[in-house]
Amino acid sequence: MDQGGPGVNTLTAAWDWLTDPAHWPGADGIGHRLLQHLVLTVVCLAVSCLIALPVALVLGHLGKGGALAVNISNVGRAVPTFAVLVLLLLTPVGRWGEGPTVVALVLFAVPPLLTNAYVGVREVDRNVVQAARGMGMTGPQLLFHVELPLSLPLVMNGVRIAAVQLVATATIAALAGGGGLGRIITAGFNLASTPQVVAGAVLVAVFALLVEGVFEIVERLAPAWARGGR
Amino acid sequence: MTAPPDDCLARNEWLCGAYLDTRRHLLFDAVVQHLQLTVLSVLTGLAVALPLAVLARRWRWAAGPVLALTTVLYTIPSLAMFSLLLPLYGLSATLVVAGLVLYSLTLLVRNILAGLRAVPEETRQAALGLGYGPIRLLLTVELPLALPAAMAGLRIATVSAVSLVTVGAIVGFGGLGNLIYAGMNTYFKAQVLTASVLCVLIAVAADLLLLGVQRLITPWTRAARA
Repeated sequence: MDQGGPGVNTLTAAWDWLTDPAHWPGADGIGHRLLQHLVLTVVCLAVSCLIALPVALVLGHLGKGGALAVNISNVGRAVPTFAVLVLLLLTPVGRWGEGPTVVALVLFAVPPLLTNAYVGVREVDRNVVQAARGMGMTGPQLLFHVELPLSLPLVMNGVRIAAVQLVATATIAALAGGGGLGRIITAGFNLASTPQVVAGAVLVAVFALLVEGVFEIVERLAPAWARGGR
Repeated sequence: MTAPPDDCLARNEWLCGAYLDTRRHLLFDAVVQHLQLTVLSVLTGLAVALPLAVLARRWRWAAGPVLALTTVLYTIPSLAMFSLLLPLYGLSATLVVAGLVLYSLTLLVRNILAGLRAVPEETRQAALGLGYGPIRLLLTVELPLALPAAMAGLRIATVSAVSLVTVGAIVGFGGLGNLIYAGMNTYFKAQVLTASVLCVLIAVAADLLLLGVQRLITPWTRAARA
């Protein structure tokens, strides 16, 4: 240990690792891992939204299945991501490349989407719904022109939570052999290279904060009604 | 040479009674480590979160930065969090506890603060009128009234901690996560499934236990509803 202290030394070493051009190209390079992480996050977010949002909106519209939609988030929190990834890896899904990662990502992104969209639709002012019915709106019209726009802030909040969850899950996937930025960290641990571990962690943290930042910007740019009363 | 035994271990089945019999001590040790890591990190988190929430309540300007900082911490994925702490703590149980404390902070600070803010102004005024000092007001009026919200946060933080401990396997201190990690490398199905199920059971048991504690220490919330 020299005068800089261990913290400063490691940060410098991690920075050197990150800026070393040799670490960027190739299948194990930062560029490819970054792309993998981005594709996994975006594709799985889209898939999860396609699965969860229609179900949640319809259930919310009909006012059915509330206990399930609300409690599924709590269940999702109690089940360890890592355990699900490994369990999937040992099933036939594990033989199909990124299969376990994709399935686990979707499984963990669906609960917050479902819960928030359901609660959002249920929390739409009942008087507004009654008024819309009185004007002769049909069920689908009511859902798409009244309930969906008014529940948008909560729906988007669910998408944001799901996105952050996806980035975190995609990172842990590396422990179970999945691709993405987490691989830089696990490879660093295997090589006992603290600079590489820290460099990978910094990349993941920055990636996660950028995703959160994108949602923050979208929310600020949205028209006032879409931001909700909060 | 004897033939290999034809039991569920040899066949590598998911459910295996022989596994439970032969690895009882291994499972017990893992559960103990899992509980130790969880309890230590949640209690430490509570000890840090409580003063932070009280300060954020007292000084309005402190609330924004405190909430922003804890939210940023919560956004960082667990594996990255543990890795960022590696230079500070090395491969140790302290690293896992420190990471989990940082996670629990967000949930605890946010919930305790919400509970403190929900204390009706009339109640505070009444206590002040009775001659309560600021400390007595905090300890005997505000904190008890904030308990339901704080306990809700504590339950979520504890359940999350139980699940996140498994990621500590990357540094060798992951409780049941260690068994899952080892089971993954050897394709040992019974070990992975047993450890995973135990992990969920611990989370559910902890949640129910805290719910019971909450009912015991906030009897007035039930009286009001009845």
